[in-house]
Amino acid sequence: MSKQSAQLEVKNLTTCFRTGTENVTAVDDISFSVNKGETLCIVGESGCGKSVSALSIMGLLPPAGYVKSGSVNFQNNNLLSVSSSQLEKLRGNRISMIFQDPGSSLNPVMKIGDQVGEIFRIHLKMSKKESLEKALGMLKQVEIPDPESRMLTYPHELSGGMAQRVMIAMALSCNPDILIADEPTTALDVTIQSQILNLMTQIQKKTETAIILITHDLGVVAEMADKVLVMYCGQIVEHGDVKTVFNSPVHPYTKALMKSIPIIGKKTKKLDAIPGRVPSLDMLPKGCRFEQRCSEKNIQITPDCQGRIPPIFNLNNNHGSRCWLKKENQ
Amino acid sequence: MNKLGRVSENLSKNLDEDLLLQEPVSVWKRIYKRLMSRRSGKIGLFLIGFVFFIAVAAPIIAPYDPQQVLIGKEKVKKREAPCIHMLGCDISKPAHLMGIDGNFRDQYSRIIYGSRISLSIGFSTVSFAVIGGVLLGALAAFFGGWIDNIIMRIMDVILGFPSLLLAIAIVAVLGPGIRNALLAIAIVTLPAYARLTRASVLSVKELDFVKASITLGASPTRLLLSRILPNSLTPVVVLATLGIATAILDAAGLSFLGLGAQPPTPEWGTMLGSERNQVFSAPHLVFFPGIAIMITVLGFNLFGDGLRDALDPRLNN
Repeated sequence: MSKQSAQLEVKNLTTCFRTGTENVTAVDDISFSVNKGETLCIVGESGCGKSVSALSIMGLLPPAGYVKSGSVNFQNNNLLSVSSSQLEKLRGNRISMIFQDPGSSLNPVMKIGDQVGEIFRIHLKMSKKESLEKALGMLKQVEIPDPESRMLTYPHELSGGMAQRVMIAMALSCNPDILIADEPTTALDVTIQSQILNLMTQIQKKTETAIILITHDLGVVAEMADKVLVMYCGQIVEHGDVKTVFNSPVHPYTKALMKSIPIIGKKTKKLDAIPGRVPSLDMLPKGCRFEQRCSEKNIQITPDCQGRIPPIFNLNNNHGSRCWLKKENQ
Repeated sequence: MNKLGRVSENLSKNLDEDLLLQEPVSVWKRIYKRLMSRRSGKIGLFLIGFVFFIAVAAPIIAPYDPQQVLIGKEKVKKREAPCIHMLGCDISKPAHLMGIDGNFRDQYSRIIYGSRISLSIGFSTVSFAVIGGVLLGALAAFFGGWIDNIIMRIMDVILGFPSLLLAIAIVAVLGPGIRNALLAIAIVTLPAYARLTRASVLSVKELDFVKASITLGASPTRLLLSRILPNSLTPVVVLATLGIATAILDAAGLSFLGLGAQPPTPEWGTMLGSERNQVFSAPHLVFFPGIAIMITVLGFNLFGDGLRDALDPRLNN
């Protein structure tokens, strides 16, 4: 893929949090890029740094967090160093984000129409009347039933799926180049989830927006992704095309994740869970961060596993994995 | 099985119809309904309405000009007891429902006109205090850091004084008068609003929709004015309603001490203060202003209580 079409390029992003005594690294040296019209999925369990990476990109880190190093390149700008007024212009206009809980992501005291229309007033400097017309158009585009009357309702009168559609309408109203979706369907039930995901793909086809989808649901990944990043303890442990990663996962963590998905219709006594738990960020092991829970270390183990943090080994066509065991395989 | 199916079909049909029949209720209507469902809210609203009506209709209701000295115009004695024809007062005498005050004026008219002054004092003091307090509290919470520290420490200093004492001190410096009394009370009550707003803004600031607004490109000003403030004003509204009562009471207190409204202004506190030595010889001159203050303050207190219940979603019954 040519470098020109890369919409967003994250390079060596490291984000830390100040805690009482020392600083912990929540996101450790991650790099990735998304191209036009492409969907990148970031997967991993809770607390592995998925959301923090997204917040770092948007400049929304809580006061205790800060970006230690790295760059986020977007249209010749480094998002981490542009002024806050420039960032205001980009956010919502060129880069948008939707959140996990649609019920609490809308301003409770503003009518839906005004809220969606406001985006047009902020970024495209439209008049009130024009913006309301555009807002209606957006609500139609996200397939909200009876959009005319919905324009006049308040957020608490909407269901979760409806509210998420409104959020998507708002996020996509300026045809952004990049949409970051932080677990957009976690709070919704399964049927609504697939509707929302279909909607996102449909709009993406029309507008060629690049989507960064953060999720812990591998089913969603399989449905949506072009590329996948698997994160563990703040690091990328495996990346590659969705087909490669799903068909031939290389990193033991990815394999374990795939195995822990229950299969409908298959009777098992117990779900395959990954033994142990995620190491605390302030007590990370010296070597591979997954070493203690790794199932393959019983079969084969290298001295490096406990001693040194593995780099990402490039296997083939954009497929890479952070595992000492697999560097010899290829 | 068949029967069961029919029942459930009927049920869902009814549900559908119910849903269709249910008209959307506006927020204001709902709040009003809940306010009226409580006795305190109802009585409070009635009392406030009553006082408001009197204030608005004062020129029509009042038989005399409140400042008109009746000496030489009618045959009245100084501090004469009320003369009500219905209760057996001599028809040849002119009616004075609440008697005559120490300066030969009709007490009834003065009480009626007093409602105007008390209400305007109550509302203007509270609006001043609310605007100032909300602004300072919101700035402190929104920006945090040293701005927060400076604003809130000043508020702490003001809160450190007993409120009426500080008000007296401010009036003593600025000079007595209704406007200065008003300013003094506003300054004294302002920190309460600042604190409340700050706490409220601090909690709203962390909510998801604020973050979502940032990602959609809202500027800090827009965030504060159209996102955070409207969502954190509910407690302020309640406190302000209760604050009107306190402000009226404080203003009456200052006027009683001779630091607020100056005679011959028909202010209830002033009327009370100037006739306080005649409690035993002419009780009607102290009784009626006192009752008027009580009714107004009670009205606002009850209304505030009712409003708090109506605006609190956790007390949903």
